[in-house]
Amino acid sequence: MAHIKLLNEELPGIVGLLNYRPETGKALTDLAEVLLRGESTLTSGEREIIAASVSYWNGCHFCHTSHAAAAAAHLKSGLGLIDDIKAGLPTTPVSDKLRELLHIAHQVQRGGKNVTEEDIAAARAQGATDREIHDTVLIAAAFCMYNRYVDGLGTWAPGPNEAYEAMGERMAHVGYGKF
Amino acid sequence: MFIYRPETAAPLNALVQAMLHNPHPTLSAGERELIATYVSRLNTCFYCCNIHGAIAKHQLGNNGEIVEQVLADPETAPISQKMRALLKIAAKVQKGGKNVLPVDIELARSEGATDLEIHDAVLIAAAFCMYNRYVDGLATWQPDNPELYDKMGEQRAREGYLTPPFKAVISH
Repeated sequence: MAHIKLLNEELPGIVGLLNYRPETGKALTDLAEVLLRGESTLTSGEREIIAASVSYWNGCHFCHTSHAAAAAAHLKSGLGLIDDIKAGLPTTPVSDKLRELLHIAHQVQRGGKNVTEEDIAAARAQGATDREIHDTVLIAAAFCMYNRYVDGLGTWAPGPNEAYEAMGERMAHVGYGKF
Repeated sequence: MFIYRPETAAPLNALVQAMLHNPHPTLSAGERELIATYVSRLNTCFYCCNIHGAIAKHQLGNNGEIVEQVLADPETAPISQKMRALLKIAAKVQKGGKNVLPVDIELARSEGATDLEIHDAVLIAAAFCMYNRYVDGLATWQPDNPELYDKMGEQRAREGYLTPPFKAVISH
């Protein structure tokens, strides 16, 4: 049970919160929609991997598993991706550019001032554009918000990876704020 | 950065408008800005702390001293016990969502906080953990002129977050 009385206690994680407070909920889903599914030179799969990784580093089970499931839906990789993301992607073929962007995301997760010129240079050396660096920082920052929102209010989250498969498909192919 | 990437600026501004400026049944805009300012200080984000501190000041009847007192020590600042409890929750959120314990919620409730107020305190704190990382993560230029922050703060307190940037900022 969450720390506050939600309107619909069956809705998990952020879903129950968006339902409770739609005045702020709309901006939250609009942000996720543009960050993760809007036009970008980073694929949605890559961006969901960033979101899921940051959520894992923040210890947020609901956000990590749902966004990893969304990445799996985009990449058609199967739900094994969820655990591979936890492990730092040892078996998933991702570009060196994405690995550098994930390092930047990890620095942001620790705190904005942790991002160094060297981190940016390393990403640029792998072909990351300013836009891609900007979006990586903002996705990482945004998930530091979403993770704190979901866990700060003590929302409930389904346990097993399989419970997130359908949610991941909807996040990938229908989008945010649309279900 | 809002000018650099307008597609993301729109929901970022809509969020802060809804959280901090739009009418609220029980928390004044000044109280909500205090939460944002306090969390930005905990995250050591100079820009966010100064601009929201200035907005808070203007929302609180041009009272800059109360802002300084909250930043120095919420335990002794001249604010309500309820606000003190909400700021404690915000400080827990700043470290991480799971740091918020039932005892923190109970304290806020015992001081009269409603579910909506608890929800909003958590969301404001969480959102500023985003804004602070965004601003510092991209090493954006941050003015160090207190008068400029005060003018920007006065504009935002009056107009909210959906109007164009303060002219002196664009000409930088």
